[in-house]
Amino acid sequence: MVPESSSLSPSESLWPAFAAIAGATLFAIVFMWAETEAYVLGAIAAAAACAWAARRFGVSARAARIFATREKVLDWGAIAGTLVLLAAFHEEHFPLLMTATVLLYLVACLGLNIQFGYAGVLNFAAAAFFGVGGYTAAVLIRHTGIPHPIVLLIGGAMAALIGLVLVLPVLRTRGHYAAVITIAFAILFRTFLEVNDALGGPQGLKLPGLQVFGWNFNRNFEIAGIGLSFYVNYVLLALALAAVAFALTRRLERSWIGLTLDAVRLDETAAACFGVHLARWKALSFTLGNFMAGVAGAVYALMLGFIAPSNFTFGDSLIMVSIVLLGGIGNPWGVVLASAIVVVLPEKLQLIQEYRFILYATMVILVLLFRPEGLLPRRLRVYFPGWNPK
Amino acid sequence: MTAPLLKLSGFTRTFGGLVALDHLDLELTEGEILGLIGPNGSGKTTTFNVLTGIYAASEGRAEFQGQDITNLSAQGVCERGVARTFQRSRLCLSLSIFDNIMIGKHVRLDRGLVFNLFRRRAFAAEFEAAFAEARDLVRLFDPPLAGRMFESIGAFPMIDRRRIEICRALINRPKLLLLDEPSAGMTEDETRQLMDDILTVKMRLAGLSIVVIEHEMGIIERITNRCAVLNFGRKIAEGTYREVAADRQVQEAYLGVE
Repeated sequence: MVPESSSLSPSESLWPAFAAIAGATLFAIVFMWAETEAYVLGAIAAAAACAWAARRFGVSARAARIFATREKVLDWGAIAGTLVLLAAFHEEHFPLLMTATVLLYLVACLGLNIQFGYAGVLNFAAAAFFGVGGYTAAVLIRHTGIPHPIVLLIGGAMAALIGLVLVLPVLRTRGHYAAVITIAFAILFRTFLEVNDALGGPQGLKLPGLQVFGWNFNRNFEIAGIGLSFYVNYVLLALALAAVAFALTRRLERSWIGLTLDAVRLDETAAACFGVHLARWKALSFTLGNFMAGVAGAVYALMLGFIAPSNFTFGDSLIMVSIVLLGGIGNPWGVVLASAIVVVLPEKLQLIQEYRFILYATMVILVLLFRPEGLLPRRLRVYFPGWNPK
Repeated sequence: MTAPLLKLSGFTRTFGGLVALDHLDLELTEGEILGLIGPNGSGKTTTFNVLTGIYAASEGRAEFQGQDITNLSAQGVCERGVARTFQRSRLCLSLSIFDNIMIGKHVRLDRGLVFNLFRRRAFAAEFEAAFAEARDLVRLFDPPLAGRMFESIGAFPMIDRRRIEICRALINRPKLLLLDEPSAGMTEDETRQLMDDILTVKMRLAGLSIVVIEHEMGIIERITNRCAVLNFGRKIAEGTYREVAADRQVQEAYLGVE
């Protein structure tokens, strides 16, 4: 009925989309591989030049159009790109550790995106909920024989439960009380861990590696004579988790629930007048989001083999908030992009490492000033891509 | 005579020392269009806000279809079949027309987590039905608008926004529609068009009752069966437009007298 401006003619080839995915993958590999700062900056400059050229010749616009109408190309392209990255670094611990960290941060930030991007509930304790998952896993694995996959779920459930208890009292209030409560929790959480001997105090806790059906995730292994780093296990697990979290987030957004959460965020009075029980939906989004953060945190703890209070500080929570702000509030692809940038960049540019909080603060301020909707702004809701009214 | 659809008795709301609404008695029969008029600050919007549960009543009682709804929450009032629009448009400007209308249908949509996340086929069926219903409703107002359901509402002019706001209130098939100054911010032409729309809709949706707050006397004269005049939170007159317009007290309070 309505001519879709973004529809594709069937004859249009998909090569710009593939080129974009291949280019991004190549860049990620070169970037992670680069050892010195000169190489890193060179890679960034080369990527910027390529991006400029792609824009200049309309390739990026065509790729964007393909991604918008044929989502599967981008979905599977991103997964394939990560697998290529995995293959490229199959023996090297550090790039794989970084990749897995990006993916786990992505899961936590997708959770934060549901809370803050959709329902508008501010959560400044995302890293603390991540930590609740991690510590829950550590304690359960050290003291019980519960199978590890279930431990991961319990880690998520614990984060969800603590989050729910925290916000229940303020759900009926208006304004940003949830922000205040979560800030307090984020700061108290670290102090609580530091004085708690059962949880290892400031020194933290050691954990054995993840075991799933007898497969030890913390052992290097070989396939057809090729030696693989044990981090390959964790990257694959984190990738699977991220894919599930991403799919759930997107389905949530494209449902009546996503719409209801938008209504809660945008206008509480109007939503209430149409029968939306505000507290219930805020609680749901908060619980879901913290569950995702908790599961990701449990995997993170197992992957590191060691957790300490300094892994889950208020600063880390702020980094997670800045990921959502930077990427594009409410757009899961924005969260993907920003997770990669925010986690990897300071690791590669040691120069930045020391000043990273200043850098993030500056980035967030610049984004809010000049591109308030983030790097990849959220679009209007499409319930079913490709669906057109008859 | 049948029982009134809505009955307010001694309806009062105070804000500190200010009596915004002072023992208002009002009745509305099913199918009627009642105008609520009065100068700024006379308690018209407060009546709506207390009635729809945004504010609690300080005193008095509201009955809807014979049931007490005085202290129901906003959600409870909505579930009984009362829908409203707002004086300052409260649409979600970053959402599409369709999304805005669907917010009005919230209580009738399946909000289950499993249904929405995992039963996408069933969801698609509900979505298609909801879309067809919303489109048909918008068509009653403005056929071209019905072809642009997935565009951002922020890009449309005021009259279309008002139409969508009324559609959002109507999609849940309420028994009572409360319109808070539908002509605010519109030109005379637009206002006339919108009034035509409201009358058309009223004819199509049998049994719908409307209370409309308005400053435009032309509108009141044209579309209401009866009106009540408020001043300082009190009802000072009630009757047909002609009757209240001829009332001396009303002229002094509102219409201006030499």
